[in-house]
Amino acid sequence: MKIVDDLPPGLSALDRPNSYIGRAIPRPNLQRLAQGRGQFVSDVVLPRMAHVAFLRSPYAHARIKKIATAKAEKAPGVVAVVTGAELAKVITPWVGVLTHLKGIKSAPQHAIAVERACWQGEAVCAVVAHTRAEAEDACELIEIAYEELKPVTDAETALDAKTPVIHPELGDNLTFERKYEAGEPDKGFAEADAVVETTFVFGRHTGVCVEPRAIVADWNAGEQRLTVYQGTQAPHMMQNLFAKHLGLEEHQVRVLCKDVGGSFGIKVHVYADEMAVAALSKLLQRPVKFVADRIESFVTDIHARDHRVKAKIGVKKDGTITAWEIDDLTGIGPYSVYPRTSGIEANQIVNLTGGPYRCMNYRARARVVFQNKNVMCQYRAVGHPIATAVTEELVDLAAMKIGMDPVEIRRRNLIPDDGYPCAGASGIKFEKLSHHASLAKIVAMMDYAKLRREQEELRRRGIHRGIGFAAFIEVTNPSAAFYGVGGARISSQDGATLKLDATGAVICQSGVTEQGQGAEAVMAQVVATAVGVPIERVRVITGDTDNTPYGGGTWASRAAGIGGEAGWQAGKILRANILAVAGSILQATPEALDIRSGVVVDKDSGRERIGLDEVARVAYFRPDTLPPGFQAELMATRHYVPRAWPFAFTNGIQASWLEVDVEIGTVKLLRHWCVEDCGTVINPQLVDEQIRGGVVQGIGGALFEHCIYDRDGQLVNGNMADYLVPMAAEMPDIEVGHVVTPTADSELGAKGAGEAGTAGAPAAVMNAINDALKPLGAKLLVEMPFTPERILKALGRV
Amino acid sequence: MSRAALAIALHVNGEPVRATVEARKTLVDFLREDLGLTGSHVGCEHGVCGACTVRVDGEIVRGCLMLAVQCDGARVETIEGVSDSGEIADLQDAFQRRNALQCGYCTPGMLLTAQEFLKAGAVPTRDAIREQIAGNYCRCTGYHAIVDAIEATAQARAGGRK
Amino acid sequence: MKPAAFAYAKASSVREAIELLGKNKKGARLLAGGQSLIAALNLRLDAPSLLIDINGIGGLDKIALKQNWVELGALVRHAAALRSAVVQKHAPLIAKALPHVGHPAIRNRGTIGGSIALADPAAELPACLIALGGEVVISGPKGKRTVKADGFFKDLFETALGPRDLLTAIRVPAANRESRFGFAEICRRHGDYAMVGLAAAARAEGAHLRDIRLVYFGVGSTAVRARRAETALAKHGPDAAVAALQDDLDPPDDVQASGATKKYLAGVLLRRIARELAGASA
Repeated sequence: MKIVDDLPPGLSALDRPNSYIGRAIPRPNLQRLAQGRGQFVSDVVLPRMAHVAFLRSPYAHARIKKIATAKAEKAPGVVAVVTGAELAKVITPWVGVLTHLKGIKSAPQHAIAVERACWQGEAVCAVVAHTRAEAEDACELIEIAYEELKPVTDAETALDAKTPVIHPELGDNLTFERKYEAGEPDKGFAEADAVVETTFVFGRHTGVCVEPRAIVADWNAGEQRLTVYQGTQAPHMMQNLFAKHLGLEEHQVRVLCKDVGGSFGIKVHVYADEMAVAALSKLLQRPVKFVADRIESFVTDIHARDHRVKAKIGVKKDGTITAWEIDDLTGIGPYSVYPRTSGIEANQIVNLTGGPYRCMNYRARARVVFQNKNVMCQYRAVGHPIATAVTEELVDLAAMKIGMDPVEIRRRNLIPDDGYPCAGASGIKFEKLSHHASLAKIVAMMDYAKLRREQEELRRRGIHRGIGFAAFIEVTNPSAAFYGVGGARISSQDGATLKLDATGAVICQSGVTEQGQGAEAVMAQVVATAVGVPIERVRVITGDTDNTPYGGGTWASRAAGIGGEAGWQAGKILRANILAVAGSILQATPEALDIRSGVVVDKDSGRERIGLDEVARVAYFRPDTLPPGFQAELMATRHYVPRAWPFAFTNGIQASWLEVDVEIGTVKLLRHWCVEDCGTVINPQLVDEQIRGGVVQGIGGALFEHCIYDRDGQLVNGNMADYLVPMAAEMPDIEVGHVVTPTADSELGAKGAGEAGTAGAPAAVMNAINDALKPLGAKLLVEMPFTPERILKALGRV
Repeated sequence: MSRAALAIALHVNGEPVRATVEARKTLVDFLREDLGLTGSHVGCEHGVCGACTVRVDGEIVRGCLMLAVQCDGARVETIEGVSDSGEIADLQDAFQRRNALQCGYCTPGMLLTAQEFLKAGAVPTRDAIREQIAGNYCRCTGYHAIVDAIEATAQARAGGRK
Repeated sequence: MKPAAFAYAKASSVREAIELLGKNKKGARLLAGGQSLIAALNLRLDAPSLLIDINGIGGLDKIALKQNWVELGALVRHAAALRSAVVQKHAPLIAKALPHVGHPAIRNRGTIGGSIALADPAAELPACLIALGGEVVISGPKGKRTVKADGFFKDLFETALGPRDLLTAIRVPAANRESRFGFAEICRRHGDYAMVGLAAAARAEGAHLRDIRLVYFGVGSTAVRARRAETALAKHGPDAAVAALQDDLDPPDDVQASGATKKYLAGVLLRRIARELAGASA
């Protein structure tokens, strides 16, 4: 029996009587989902609802000379055939730039391409019909005359003078460039006993949420209101943007988001086809539904991680790292994605590289270029897997060069646990991290010394196993520094509204959203603890802009740390307000009372005085019995935003133990460990599962996932048979350990945990593969994914 | 032999159903769109992800790789049916307690796939469990918790038989 | 991603299926397990005017041992073949290959006949059929005929089946004490189509292997018999056989690996299978 039941509460500052903080409470919404009773956007059906299919450009770059729609318009079931030019009368284009990314530029992007298609898969015409099948039938009848244009596909040559400029009005194909220098990198390299340099290549990959993007937009002309059912991570952001580009007031738009079949950053962006659906609904004055099919998902869901990083490290014989340098190049497609931009990933790589270590001599350059491929943007653990892989392989290379154990070199260079607060090489600010405690813990968990002995012994028998480490830092709980300061209307603050209902239960409305992470469970735990009610008496409502406080949603691991803190603060207010009512009913001072398990008690003795149901009954139905002038306030709202730190950095370390079949180049993952420190652990089970899921997502990028484009800009493996996602048979069991360093920026002290697994896993796997192959004289493997072919090439076998 | 809608009669979750469907309609679309059984999910429509897994005549199939017309006379069971009957209540309970689902989109297919395996009775190894569910894609969990929940259910059922 | 419209007819007999094919020569497809066909329809890679569902034809789902031949009806599901004691005992190569075919839900629907008739060059069963020196039983407008596996697979998704033919069964010689088999494939993930696979059969004659058949899949437009390697393995052993593969195989590049890598991997598989064949005969 491997299922660990809920643990009794440990002791912490948050331990109120009947605290739910730190306990593995099962998520209340799981039975519903396990019984197939979820409400995903794909499931939504509305009266008069029509379905849209998009005809998409088969070319990476082409001028649209003519669109003949007459045949399609006459096809059975067709409601309307709409081109980009026609839709542009209803919805305005957008430009994905932010002012704090200095110099970033992009071109206006339309909901449906107008005049020119800039990537294979960009929508060029829409068909709305009674069924999706009929819409697809009619798409086949549309005749489009294209003039093929030369596509820009190679990021390496995108800035060359002879390469065509995708958006001539921008002058060149450079989206964004950042240069950074700190300390004395040249001096650092000069003082090093060894300098190691290599070039990393990261394969473009994508999110492959099991539920594709889905949206139902319903413009009610009578009400002059747009209701959008959307699988999104950021309902309020989308509300704002639908309003802005459709010429509406924000209050004319309601975004509803019930269950979402996975998101991982894929569903936090503005997608042209989704904006088109809203516009089509407004144009046709009826509900329009779009569910991306898997094939169009591959060519339209944002891609990520397509980076080439030249990197260098200097090291002294005693293991001291003396300098870092990176030069990152990434191609992000023809547009910077709205509204978060496609500059953030490269920016994060500059910010995070070298982050766990003391060495402050650092030089970085990142260039982001346009190309005629699908757009890239922020995907789970934005930039982290790349920065971590670059850093950790460099550290391993340095260790190898000077003949030092990989654990030892990390021990000598990680920022000391008593060295906080401090800044990292890139200037990022750390409140308090625990690299050394984490390293010590993982070494113990994996029994490192024993594993090394086992490795040695197996090598003698021709079995090649490797151990790889990856220390990492993780950006969570972003403040307004992430997007707000750059002019994006993406809320970094979040709110929670709590109401005591008339039976003494608590209703919590929160601005964060639930896509499976367990945000609702965490909110319920926090609120139940703060108010003092059994968790069964808390109902959490999320994902409805009409009925939740303004908030940012769920991304960048912010739901527990920011949304949770808002819930905590609101819970304290509601408790005080309830006690005020109870005090006046009981003629006691509220300060002498507390709420435990849904009952008002004497704080000192714990003697039960009055149930919350009775408090609510009196407040709502017999307020005449309360003292004159006393008004019960049984609804409370609080908001929270991190202010002391731009981000709550977390840290951790991962280790991989794997075996390479050196004859055929396959990798068998045997064990994987992760120790992470997300501060206060509100629900250990949910944190562990965030880590495990994240690790596997990271492994996907290391071993399997790759959007392969040919020279003409065609995605050649855009289906689930050829694009390989991680499946159960190849994945290892994953052990998770914790070190707890709460942030002092909030009372809860919780930081995020959603990116950690993905941040470190590719680096750990890469280092383990290289460790396994080291005695065989293999070339260093630094190009992900590590396919059998690449491994065989490194071994010189093919 | 007609392109027009075809009449079919079948049992879905024990209830007799009569319907007329276009020949091209897949089983999973029929269940979701015509019968409102939205617990079976559509993930890839080319037979790879397993989100549409349902049972036909007692065996799991990909709901996207069968046509509704092929189910004339068949016995179809979906997650709604096995939930209502209580057949997999213990497995669902283990999934909940072990947090073996996050977004829940793959879960109905995962549960039916696991149940086919568990029905055989033996307590499988973790590797065997991983192999059985290797055709069901889950992006959220990393599979470890799912393997735990299936293993725990197998052990509990074996214990119950002793 | 919905199929284009098509008509549907359910054949209740082989004759009826053939008649339906005759009336719709160009635009008709036979629907057996549908595990590849319906995916292709959903993707609109194929848009037939008529699907002829043969699942209702009685008698095509039998597995039988007939005079030293194992006969598997066209509608035998992969899962049924995997469970079959007859297949385990008398066609062990097929039993070894079947767990590699897709996943449980796919194997519950996918049929033996469908796999052979589709002739996917990366599929396991066509290679097994060739390795075993099996036969394909075909019914057509002019009656029944049998085609040797060696001559059945013509080109990419092309077989000896004519537009009005129905594959009704496959037959493979039943294994005996001298029979030796080997099966291996390299996939990046369990259940995927192989990057390279090898199905092998031989007859042990004392310490020697005779009638060696080495059939690769995932390396060309059909399953490929490595005839030179077969001879070299029998005469000179694995090193010579691997060398001979250079002339036997010319795999094209695909998204998983280059042709050169596939060729190399074919050699690794050959050594592994040679050990398996030899080990079993020792």
